[in-house]
Amino acid sequence: MKKISLGDQVSFCYEGETVLDALLRDNIDIPNSCKQGACQSCMVRSLDVEPPVAAQSGLKDVLRKQKHFLACLCYPEQDMAITLSQQPEFFTEGTVMEKRPLNQETLLLTVECKEPLDFYAGQFVNLKRVDGLMRSYSIANSRLHDKKLTFHIRRLAGGRFSEWVHQELLVGDKIAVSDPQGLCYYLPTRFEQNMLLIGTGSGLAPLAGIITEALQQGHTGDIHLFHGSREMDGLYWIEEMLELERQYPNFHYTPCVSRGDSPEGVAVGRANDIALSRLPDLKGWRVFLCGHPEMVNETKRQAYLNGASLKDIYADAFHVASTSLD
Amino acid sequence: MSETPTLTLYDQLGGEAAVNAAVDIFYRKVLSDHRINRFFDNTDMEQQAAKQKAFLTMAFGGPNNYNGTDMRNAHARLVKMGLDNSHFDAVMEHLSGTLQELNVPQELIAQVAAIAESTRSDVLGK
Ligand SMILES: Cc1cc2nc3c(=O)[nH]c(=O)nc-3n(C[C@H](O)[C@H](O)[C@H](O)COP(=O)(O)OP(=O)(O)OC[C@H]3O[C@@H](n4cnc5c(N)ncnc54)[C@H](O)[C@@H]3O)c2cc1C
Ligand code: HEM
Ligand code: FES
Repeated sequence: MKKISLGDQVSFCYEGETVLDALLRDNIDIPNSCKQGACQSCMVRSLDVEPPVAAQSGLKDVLRKQKHFLACLCYPEQDMAITLSQQPEFFTEGTVMEKRPLNQETLLLTVECKEPLDFYAGQFVNLKRVDGLMRSYSIANSRLHDKKLTFHIRRLAGGRFSEWVHQELLVGDKIAVSDPQGLCYYLPTRFEQNMLLIGTGSGLAPLAGIITEALQQGHTGDIHLFHGSREMDGLYWIEEMLELERQYPNFHYTPCVSRGDSPEGVAVGRANDIALSRLPDLKGWRVFLCGHPEMVNETKRQAYLNGASLKDIYADAFHVASTSLD
Repeated sequence: MSETPTLTLYDQLGGEAAVNAAVDIFYRKVLSDHRINRFFDNTDMEQQAAKQKAFLTMAFGGPNNYNGTDMRNAHARLVKMGLDNSHFDAVMEHLSGTLQELNVPQELIAQVAAIAESTRSDVLGK
């Protein structure tokens, strides 16, 4: 058992528990969302010892040096004194401009930010409600719009944030938008490199941002997008993607459904299986995987076995509290 | 301080850059090998790749902090899963295969193999 001191409060962290677990058990109000080291909302700072290396994964060098770490990844190796408030996440004020359905369960949310955001296509932000409830959502547009951001928000039954966005959030309402984050993004380099993008459900959001950005930048390599869902009504933007395909000869789009009937032009099967069987040799390719955590992990391994280098595989698993997301 | 003016094995192989080049090939071989890939069924690929890097750095005679007990502990879970000589041999095979693919001279490959071989009893918990 390790002692975690926060101000004059002491929490106990038992074997197998993270610092986040310990603080939440003591009802300490610490922001958190994914509990998987992805969203970085639970970042805290050590005031004494060096945090375990594993608890700093994904953090920028400067933050690591200042002993920031992710509470949800930290299994403390010794007693620690920590602070919550050292590096508050930077938020800018956003105003909801538009809410438009993409399909039955997903909506397109457009938010106009007060400050322009310096992001790479494919990154995500944390959206925060007035009461502090916060979730990660990927930016679905390219860098052409650095103030007006779009998101694809899928409604999860019983999901606190997504249900609220769908049902209560109104055009004109304010919402806080964090600094852009995440390592799954498009760098405008090596334009001749072929790219494979696989997304399930609202995993299309960051991929759409990446594709738009790449095409605008003049990427010349082939760009293959596979978007999957269980059934037809889980897909969206089919027309837009087909239009893009007509416009850019190096862009190739394959919608996939794993169940039920599919009209012509829609492949039957899981998007990752179809993609990897059609593209057995990924040596030298850049690969982007977004959406269902299981799909992402499984495909990362398979893409690597098909020849892609680990450093060329970018992934965002859309972790949620339960496993109900596709 | 070392008094030998000659390059270490690690330096001759090309240091960290060589390890990085080797990890990609080596880990792919291991994961594709049905004899042993069940031992590597961990969802976190980056973490696993980092461990393979630790493995290769050690086998290349590079800087590492592992001793025999660490090797025993790191593989104890796998010994419980049935890790034996045949699996060890398979890893040795991939190690040499990787270095051959990278056109490493045969005499250096032999030295790498000897370092890896020296851990056999610890890795297998014998
Ligand atoms: C890097 C990243 C990027 C992401 N990008 C996107 C994106 O672009 N678009 C998108 O739609 N999502 C995205 N997500 C997922 C998103 O952040 C949220 O996790 C998701 O919207 C669900 O939040 P929620 O508050 O609605 O659900 P939560 O309230 O967190 O609940 C999640 C699920 O768990 C269930 N649940 C909640 N509490 C319980 C309980 N006590 N017992 C059993 N079940 C429970 C809910 O019914 C729901 O199905 C992303 C996630 C990450 C980490
Ligand atoms: C040839 C001699 C070997 C050496 C020198 C070696 C070395 C290492 C090292 C240094 C680590 C990292 C330990 C850590 O930091 O946690 C490691 C981990 C690992 N090794 Fe080996 N290894 C050898 C053989 C094998 C074999 C034969 C197998 C299985 C077929 C194997 C499977 C693994 C696995 C799965 C891990 C990760 C364990 C975990 O999940 O924590 N190794 N090895
Ligand atoms: S809750 Fe710790 S990083 Fe998301």
